[in-house]
Amino acid sequence: MSSESAYSVVAKFMEDYQVKTSQKLKIIDLYLGYILITGVIQFVYCALVGTFPFNSFLSGFISCVSSFVLGVNLRLQVNPENAKEFKSIAPERAFADFLFAHVVLHLVVVNFIG
Amino acid sequence: MPKVAYFRVTPERQQILLKGLVLSICCVLAFCVRLFSVLRFESVIHEFDPYFNYRTTKFLTEEGFYSFHNWFDDAAWYPLGRIIGGTIYPGLMVTAATIYKFLHFINIPIDIRNMCVFLAPLFSSLTTIVTYLLTKELSNSSAGLLAAAFIAVVPGYISRSVAGSYDNEGIAIFCMLLTYYFWIKSVKSGNVFWSVLCSIAYFYMVSSWGGYVFLINLIPIHVLFCIITGRFSHRIYVAYTTVYCVGTILSMQISFVGFQPVQTSEHMGALGVFGLCQIVSFVAFLRKKLSAANFAILWQTMLYLIGGVVIAAVLVLTVSGKIAPWTGRFYSLLDPSYAKNNIPIIASVSEHQPTTWSSFYFDLHMLVFMFPVGLYVCFKDINDHNMFIILYGVTSMYFAAVMVRLMLVLAPVMCILGAIGTNHVLTSYMKNLDSVQVVKEKKGPKGSKVDNTYPAKNEVAIGVVLGLTLFLGLFATHSIWVTAEAYSSPSIVLSARSGDGGRIIFDDFREAYYWLRQNTPEDAKIMSWWDYGYQITAMANRTIIVDNNTWNNTHISRVGQAMASTEEHAYEIMRELDVDYVLVIFGGMTGYSSDDINKFLWMVRIGGSTDRGAHIKETDYYTPTGEFRVDSEGSPTLQNCMMYKMCYYRFGQVYTEQNQPTGYDRVRNAEIGNKDFELDVLDEAYTTEHWIVRIYKVKDLDNRGNPRT
Repeated sequence: MSSESAYSVVAKFMEDYQVKTSQKLKIIDLYLGYILITGVIQFVYCALVGTFPFNSFLSGFISCVSSFVLGVNLRLQVNPENAKEFKSIAPERAFADFLFAHVVLHLVVVNFIG
Repeated sequence: MPKVAYFRVTPERQQILLKGLVLSICCVLAFCVRLFSVLRFESVIHEFDPYFNYRTTKFLTEEGFYSFHNWFDDAAWYPLGRIIGGTIYPGLMVTAATIYKFLHFINIPIDIRNMCVFLAPLFSSLTTIVTYLLTKELSNSSAGLLAAAFIAVVPGYISRSVAGSYDNEGIAIFCMLLTYYFWIKSVKSGNVFWSVLCSIAYFYMVSSWGGYVFLINLIPIHVLFCIITGRFSHRIYVAYTTVYCVGTILSMQISFVGFQPVQTSEHMGALGVFGLCQIVSFVAFLRKKLSAANFAILWQTMLYLIGGVVIAAVLVLTVSGKIAPWTGRFYSLLDPSYAKNNIPIIASVSEHQPTTWSSFYFDLHMLVFMFPVGLYVCFKDINDHNMFIILYGVTSMYFAAVMVRLMLVLAPVMCILGAIGTNHVLTSYMKNLDSVQVVKEKKGPKGSKVDNTYPAKNEVAIGVVLGLTLFLGLFATHSIWVTAEAYSSPSIVLSARSGDGGRIIFDDFREAYYWLRQNTPEDAKIMSWWDYGYQITAMANRTIIVDNNTWNNTHISRVGQAMASTEEHAYEIMRELDVDYVLVIFGGMTGYSSDDINKFLWMVRIGGSTDRGAHIKETDYYTPTGEFRVDSEGSPTLQNCMMYKMCYYRFGQVYTEQNQPTGYDRVRNAEIGNKDFELDVLDEAYTTEHWIVRIYKVKDLDNRGNPRT
């Protein structure tokens, strides 16, 4: 047990991930990673420069968080391992819902960004 | 009996037809039962708050949305003014204005006042439909029909949505149930489409009522309980995260809400559960991917790391004040004695008092008994959505017990759970009826129908079904009686029966407000107690000092000091506030008991609660034995204060009842103590026909600078 550290567990996990996940899911994961980086950049910028105007910061940051969340939801619904939980949702329907949610989200974000 | 097709209509179509018929009858009933006051009096806006909503709606239809959103009103809270655009929930006004514009577009020229009066009954019909849909999702369609019938007539909901009661709650209940319907749909299906619809409905709810805080805490509590009981699944994750993210940014579009969803404690629960969802999902994901031993190692490191970061962050934010503590209004829900001890203004509103036992039965009748039955049925086959309705029922039960006004939030869930319970009982016993048994038995021998372990099955079933039917009938009768007697009074017009049975109408309020409108200069400023502020601005169209918004306690306290001080002191305060006219409500002549003398002690308490009112002590206005009396034994401070003088000026020469001396106050049932006095700083301007409203003009400074008193 002592030879296994947290680091080696993580390394093994990454290796497993590379091998086992399908191309579709990896694309979504890449997209999620990109949004995460954008969100972090926004937050660090706000911490450095200050929160005025607060509505713009909130709008941008919540846009990142929501896009991340919607991406995760899409990944969950498209993943064939979860098929029995999301019985009636075909991948195409999941993607259409994803687009619909994004339309609503970005309408609000653009209104709020001021 | 086998299902027969009548008129070439298949049994399925029959069912749909029957359901549609019952539902339409419920809708029409919901609309019609709320029309009592329109039939008895006229189509007029009731009470106090609706007059403000009516005035803002009129402004919206005349000036357009941009002027409405940026409106700064200088006619209220003189000399401070009020930013109306940023301090109201615009949903109600926008809804009324939209329907009004649409009707005008298709050439139905309805008046804006009628639109406002009939909006609440219209939305109750829509609420009936949404309740049916919600209960159908939770249970089945027969329970749904029962719930629709219940909510069409339940007095707890009618009290705030009667025709003429143009208030936020009229549409808020519809929005709330719509949000819950979409939430249950999204939890059941895990579809992002329903979650987005839920957020949009939530946005509509936020725009209509301050009670949206209940929703944004109930939904996270539901998710939390699902996590605790191990029901957390991908569907709930998808539903909640979408609703929270899209819903929060939508809710911040309302100016009044502003940045509260990320800054105040009332919204932190939702954020906390959101974070918890992420953590639980991530942990479940890791657990699935890694072997047990590997997972245990990773788990430990992560736990310490993340736990430490979160606790540090929360501490820093709370201590540095970035997260505001609970505001007074909501804090008083958790600690009911808080308002009474610290904020007299909140404690004085009659709707904020704790609910009595009799109110529960009065407002809900049979549902009080069927509610636990429904809870039991939900517990029996518990699943994700049943848990939601159980939580909703229990939490709203607590809040309705704390504040009478929140009985409104309890009424829909009582209807739903009561319907589920009643439906369960009726279905179980209907199965035992002899006439139904035949289908199951097919061609079995006659003797097999008798079940020896359950004697008199048929008779018991008939008894229970008849009994429940009787209860349902009594419920309907009681509800309609309550609506007609208790909840259909416009408050602005009173009526009474004279000795010969004829009806006397007291229209004094409107008489006084129209006198003000027609006989005072346009820039006159009126001082009255805050209750009447909205009505004065809407009907008399004059500037006022304080109104029902009660946002500035110091200003109201100043008015309270003026009412409770002697004429000399009050004159200083009135000159400071630039007051031209003073208005008081007096019920002693007619026996109208909600007058200013009965509210006077609240004026004293609020007046004495700020620094400049330190000379006003409540005990000065009582007799040495601690009673509040207006006759000759009353305290001299009371008999010389301005409110007393304004109410009883010239009253000492009036005979009000047979066999009583002059100046007999019919509300306090006493002959007043201080009868013959003159006013030094006021002139009587107008007293209405039944002496209910009295208006006085404040005298200008003396010509040669001598003091008036």
